[in-house]
Amino acid sequence: MNPNNYLVLAAIIFTIGAYGVLVRRNAIIVFLSVELMLNAANLAFVAAARNSGTLDGVVAAFFVMVVAAAEVVVGLAIIVTIFRTRRSASIDEASLMKY
Amino acid sequence: MIAALIGLPLFGAVALLLGGRRTNARGHLLAVAMSALSFFIAVILFVQMIPKPEEEREIGQHLFDWISVGAFQIPFGLFLDQLSIVFVLLITGVGTLIHIYSISYMEHDPNRRQFFGYLNLFIAAMLLLVLADNYFLLYLGWESVGLASYLLISFYQQKPSAAAAGKKAFIVNRVGDVGLALAILLMFVTFGTLSFEGVALGAGLAAPSTVTWIGLALLLAACGKSAQFPLQSWLLDAMEGPTPVSALIHAATMVTAGVYLIVRAHAIFDLSEVARTFVVAVGAITLLLGAFIGTAKDDIKKGLAGSTMSQIGYMILAAGLGPVGYVFAIFHLLTHGMFKAGLFLGAGSVMHGMHDDVNMRHYGALRTTMKVTYATFGLGFLAIIGIPPFAGFWSKDEIIHAAFGQSMFIGLATLLGAGVTAFYMTRMMAMTFFGEARWEQDVKPHESPATMTIPMIVLALGSAFGGMAMLFIGDIEHWLEPVTGFAYPQNSVSNDVLIPTTLAVILVGAGYAWLRYGRRPIPVVAPTNVSLLTKAARADAYGDAINESLIMRPGQYLTRSLTWFDTKAIDGFVGGIAAAIGGLSARSRRLQNGLVRSYALTMFGGATLIALILLLVRL
Repeated sequence: MNPNNYLVLAAIIFTIGAYGVLVRRNAIIVFLSVELMLNAANLAFVAAARNSGTLDGVVAAFFVMVVAAAEVVVGLAIIVTIFRTRRSASIDEASLMKY
Repeated sequence: MIAALIGLPLFGAVALLLGGRRTNARGHLLAVAMSALSFFIAVILFVQMIPKPEEEREIGQHLFDWISVGAFQIPFGLFLDQLSIVFVLLITGVGTLIHIYSISYMEHDPNRRQFFGYLNLFIAAMLLLVLADNYFLLYLGWESVGLASYLLISFYQQKPSAAAAGKKAFIVNRVGDVGLALAILLMFVTFGTLSFEGVALGAGLAAPSTVTWIGLALLLAACGKSAQFPLQSWLLDAMEGPTPVSALIHAATMVTAGVYLIVRAHAIFDLSEVARTFVVAVGAITLLLGAFIGTAKDDIKKGLAGSTMSQIGYMILAAGLGPVGYVFAIFHLLTHGMFKAGLFLGAGSVMHGMHDDVNMRHYGALRTTMKVTYATFGLGFLAIIGIPPFAGFWSKDEIIHAAFGQSMFIGLATLLGAGVTAFYMTRMMAMTFFGEARWEQDVKPHESPATMTIPMIVLALGSAFGGMAMLFIGDIEHWLEPVTGFAYPQNSVSNDVLIPTTLAVILVGAGYAWLRYGRRPIPVVAPTNVSLLTKAARADAYGDAINESLIMRPGQYLTRSLTWFDTKAIDGFVGGIAAAIGGLSARSRRLQNGLVRSYALTMFGGATLIALILLLVRL
């Protein structure tokens, strides 16, 4: 199978993720979209590793997974706390820190 | 011994000024004692000096190293020679008499202690000026004299006019001081030393143009301190000070400093014909200008102030004549010190009896009520106009004689000056002591107390016999010769012709004044329909107006335009940049709106932009 297809798929998933981040208001959905983008990047890494026959891309993908796991923990904790205080998960309403 | 001369009055000044009210009761006596002790020491030093041979008469005293920076060595050294000692005697002698006089004159002034402190400070400063053994220390004395004169002229500081007069004297003097500073800097650069001896030795080897410039700078300094044209304007306003101060400034201290400076720096002037010509010109202009101003003043003190300008003009002129004139400049300075102090103290005595009125149009017929003042003032009058055998005759005649030796033109100027002097002094005598009484109501003229009349009597005796004593007993020409050099004038006009001519001119001036002011009644209010010349003389020959329009107003315009440039252009530029950055950041701050999604959009846009650039660059 043509390795370019994996890259095209990764680009499509990344675009969907970016679109979700920019457009959706619900913090959980935005969060999911960020995960989509990260995994799209992982897919690109792995495809590239497979293509070149080296392990560099695979190692990078593992790093991304670890970082994503840590980010999920912190991010979800923040979202849950915000939801508890404001009774809403809309990221547009959590805009107190501004000029 | 020499240090004590300065130290005693300085101690008096410090004690009175720092002692506060505790010294109010007896402070003036301390000041008088300090001044008198200083005079006593001066007399001892003088007596010690007389029997010594000529070349051993100089004595020096090195107190300490004042400034010591590598090759730049300024000792705090004092130096007493034949020239300094006559100054010291004049300053302390006349100064002490003025101190004694002030006891009564200032009796009712609440700040009398302060006044005596300042008087002592003045004496100490002037002594430092004439006793310094280098130009730098002389500069210290010079500036201290300026300070003391400022304090004394503006002594009645509650009067705005007195405060302004003090400032004016100080500022005009600063202009002259720049000259002295320049001269000192030039001397140091050229000769590498500032001692009188070193400069005198070095002057012969230096470039003639440098020597000329030093001479001109010294002349500027002398013009400031001695109120010579064009820096004369402060002197008439300085009459705002108490009368004893006027006597001190005009007779013994301050205005004599310029003459001292020129004579002390004679090594410079001996070598520069140009500088000497300028000195003579300044002297000639001032002696006529001062006499001219004196003719129209109704204020007795201002009349005398004009006369001081004129007489100092004679001295400066004589000093500019070179070795033929130096000793006569000093001789005239000494006789003038006595008769002018006497005249000023007499004027003060008249004012004391007339409720501090200075307008001569309110005087008249005072010879009957103030006999001692009349007699002493009269002797001073005879001395200043130059009637033989009184003091002024001997010194002034010698100057006129030497001036004719220089050029006919200068000689005629001094001769004319003598005539005008006779005119305004006779006018002053006639308006004050003769004619009918024009006193204001409830003014009862009375003679002053003995503490005032005794100094006046002593000074009157000096005016009467001082000139003869110095010339015939003191042999002043040969006394000063080792310091200043001396040469007999090479003259086309001999003294046998000159003395009768001078006397004739004096008598014409005095007679004309007597006809105008002695024989005719004097209007109590000054007439206004007078000639342009009278108006000019009343306005001090427009000296203030000229200063104002030529220097003050252009200066103000300059400062105003500079301020404008500073606030608009320089501040505008700097402030403009700050405002632009401030405005820009105030607007860009709005981007920080707290909406996470807009941040994400910015990030996305940025990432896209970078990706595009990377693509484009690669292609």
